[in-house]
Amino acid sequence: MNPIQALENANMRKDIPDFRAGDTVQVAVKVVEAGSERIQLYEGVVIRRRGSGLNETFTVRKISNNVGVERIFPLHSPKVAEIKVVRRGKVRRSRLYYLRNLRGKAARIKERR
Amino acid sequence: MSKAILGKKIGMTQIYTEDGTAIPVTVVNAGPCPVIQQKTRDKDGYNAIQIGYGKAAANKLNKPLKGHFAKADVEPVKYLREIRYDADTALPEVGTVINADVFAEGDRVDVIGTSKGKGFAGAIKRWNFKRGPMSHGSKYHRGVGSQGATDPARVFKNRKMPGRLGNERVTISNLEVVQANPEQNLLLIKGAIPGVNGSLVYIKETSKNS
Repeated sequence: MNPIQALENANMRKDIPDFRAGDTVQVAVKVVEAGSERIQLYEGVVIRRRGSGLNETFTVRKISNNVGVERIFPLHSPKVAEIKVVRRGKVRRSRLYYLRNLRGKAARIKERR
Repeated sequence: MSKAILGKKIGMTQIYTEDGTAIPVTVVNAGPCPVIQQKTRDKDGYNAIQIGYGKAAANKLNKPLKGHFAKADVEPVKYLREIRYDADTALPEVGTVINADVFAEGDRVDVIGTSKGKGFAGAIKRWNFKRGPMSHGSKYHRGVGSQGATDPARVFKNRKMPGRLGNERVTISNLEVVQANPEQNLLLIKGAIPGVNGSLVYIKETSKNS
């Protein structure tokens, strides 16, 4: 096998659940504050997944205090303690940038079953 | 100046440290490099060893090279390079093999390679000239501009002009070795190194003071 692929496979996490754009996920992020480490939860809609292999990242969007917040997480980062899929969404695009222009009721996503 | 190895650039990726920092790394297939010849002050005027890398096809060898490899009793190799040694250090014996473990995690290295060829490039790409306005009636876009005063009635030497760019020897200094893996002959070097994937690189101890 190509050495880069072998290296990436060795460093990749195996505990990532299957999720895609449109899904609502809860990401447990490790935060170091004043020397001690704790876990912070961040919940929102995945609006894109980009990259491949070890370099893959995903963007989670949520509305916090009436302000849209987007966070980009490296999928295989050790800072991400856990990813939990809360709800599966039915969408017809892989990049949900249109959500940025929508608020409230209009920004709802149908559930996928 | 005694630690050095030859290798092939494989490509780039990133790895994560425990605290979650992603480090960009270049993966290099380094070694194994057999020592093929000792060069000594008495015989050659300077102290060095000749090392080889890669596998050479038997039909690509001419008679002198065949003899050279037979004398050292090593498999024919594709590339030959030298490592200079100080006058007072002992040279490694012919036949010993240099592996990726000459470098360890945290070592600083210089990487020498041949940069990607860009062909015939203009002055903006080649010498970082500024370009002119592209619109508003401007007729001066990406030209070289003035080539000097009219009085000498000639263009001085070393004037920066368009021409061949890249495909030349480039040294990148003081890069950090992130990981050395002698079992798989791999070296992970932080950051980018010169050349296309698959090109030969020479990795040596850095000349910079730490």
